[in-house]
Amino acid sequence: MTQPSDDTPLLSVRGLTKHFTGRGGQIVHAVEDVSFDIRRGTTVGLVGESGSGKTTAGRSILRLVEPSSGQAIFDGTDIFALKPGEMQHWRKRLQIVFQDPYSSLNPRLRIEAIIGEALDARGYPRGARRRERIAELLTLVGLSPDYSRRFPHEFSGGQRQRIGIARALAVEPDFIVADEPVSALDVSVQAQVLNLLGELQQNLGLTMLFIAHDLSVVEYLCDEVVVMYLGRVMERGPSRQVYAQPRHPYTRALLATAPVPDPTRKRTHVPLQGDIPSPINPPSGCVFRTRCPMAIEACAQVIPPVEHLGGNHHVACIRHGEL
Amino acid sequence: MAAIAQGGFREPNLLMKMASRPTAMAGLVIIIVMIALALLAPVISPYDPAQLAVRNRLLPPSWQNLFGTDDLGRDVFTRVLYSGRTSITVGFAVVIFASIIGVFLGLMAGFFRRLDAPVSRLIDAMMAFPDILLAIALVAALGASATNVVIALGVVYAPRLARVVRASTLVIRELPYVEAARALGVPTPIILVRHVLRNLTSPLLVQATFIFANAILAEAGLSFLGVGISPDIPTWGTMISVGRQYLDQAPWIMWFPGGAIIITVLSLQLVGDGLRDFLDPRLAKDV
Repeated sequence: MTQPSDDTPLLSVRGLTKHFTGRGGQIVHAVEDVSFDIRRGTTVGLVGESGSGKTTAGRSILRLVEPSSGQAIFDGTDIFALKPGEMQHWRKRLQIVFQDPYSSLNPRLRIEAIIGEALDARGYPRGARRRERIAELLTLVGLSPDYSRRFPHEFSGGQRQRIGIARALAVEPDFIVADEPVSALDVSVQAQVLNLLGELQQNLGLTMLFIAHDLSVVEYLCDEVVVMYLGRVMERGPSRQVYAQPRHPYTRALLATAPVPDPTRKRTHVPLQGDIPSPINPPSGCVFRTRCPMAIEACAQVIPPVEHLGGNHHVACIRHGEL
Repeated sequence: MAAIAQGGFREPNLLMKMASRPTAMAGLVIIIVMIALALLAPVISPYDPAQLAVRNRLLPPSWQNLFGTDDLGRDVFTRVLYSGRTSITVGFAVVIFASIIGVFLGLMAGFFRRLDAPVSRLIDAMMAFPDILLAIALVAALGASATNVVIALGVVYAPRLARVVRASTLVIRELPYVEAARALGVPTPIILVRHVLRNLTSPLLVQATFIFANAILAEAGLSFLGVGISPDIPTWGTMISVGRQYLDQAPWIMWFPGGAIIITVLSLQLVGDGLRDFLDPRLAKDV
């Protein structure tokens, strides 16, 4: 906290918008005007239901999906403004860990080839040092270096996810998008992989965007949290603050549905009813109003402005004062 | 899609899986025998396939001439063996040529969204022609020769492969391991070969087997119709074409090359069916 550089964010996302054109020219509003910062060495959780646009937002930042508009200032450079060729040089600084450990590894390649591809991107020469590096990376993620000659199908989901993490780390990135890295895993393995990510983040000083639909996972791992709904940011702020004092009805609803290991605790909120509306034709005004227990007529009129509540806590709800 | 995504099979298991399907295994064994017979023709047969012996014209099968002799007194057995060389080689060359064109078109259409519509329409247009008619037209335009037959049949069968490749590419393109490669900045041509093409080998192998069978049949058809390979070069098709004139006196001139075609094509189909069933269960339904 002493150096000023600690406070300048490694990544500032501003007004990130992604529209897909569907069949018949319909516009899908996947991500709409999303802004947040990630400070160096911290982890930000990006939370929302499926269909909230959190995955698209994460992929857009890496330009795996081309954003429609907005900026992403990464270490002083707007990576959205880079030409595709220039972007190639930046890619090794931003990496991704995928949700599905089965389809994220090419079934035809040995582990050494999978990690080796990442080393190629880093310009690592072939030979003995490369094998050492692969062994090193496998050890780093808690796997035996002997596994390098094996194929992905010989591993369990958790082990595959570790291989995926090793691949992402092989290029020594500054920033990692972890796209629901544990939601496809057995519960018993989830904690192991989460612990690994937490440790690596600490030890390597990584900056991470952790995408999840589960708030309890995020609470454990993240310094800050961004709550998305139907492509828009509903609330964002320091995890502790958001968890202790959620200021948006959607965040409250999410927290209410999250399982708490305390059978005596009473559920104070009715869980959300219905499904997330179609992003092809999002509701006017506040996109959450159709499912919001607090919605009033005014909610349909204007898109709620993002208000700063102090301490980096932001909320987009016109009635947040009443919560 | 799961088969492509997960690829639970591996090459070493292929033969073992074949062994569990007796028909496919039988097909494979027969193909290998046919290829061996063709290759070993000079060892197996004491005769020269082109040697004329006018005194021995149109002899029926005997211990001297297992399959009899043709109108010019040549040993039909020897000619069937040597013809196998040409027919199988042509069939195989068609597979290779069709694969090169088909894989290229399919990858382009499947991987690059902008190319999909034009390439797919081209594929559709080519598939609208009846196979043999298109082949006849192409050979007529190019001139009758073994090379041109291969080119013509390659062009005829390429669209089928292109369709299969395109369909699989559309699936693979969206898989996270392709995204991972893109996130690492791996150049697109390498992604296409290492990640897409490598995971296409199963459906490709299945199609290639069927095209192999069809190409042998089509080559025989073209030769029979007299628009294919020159009658001087023995192929199963040219033998049938010549033998047709002696169907009344010496039907064995047609029987044996015809039988060779049937056995080879049937075996290839059996192998293809077997491969398809355990490599690509999705396709099993819609053929």
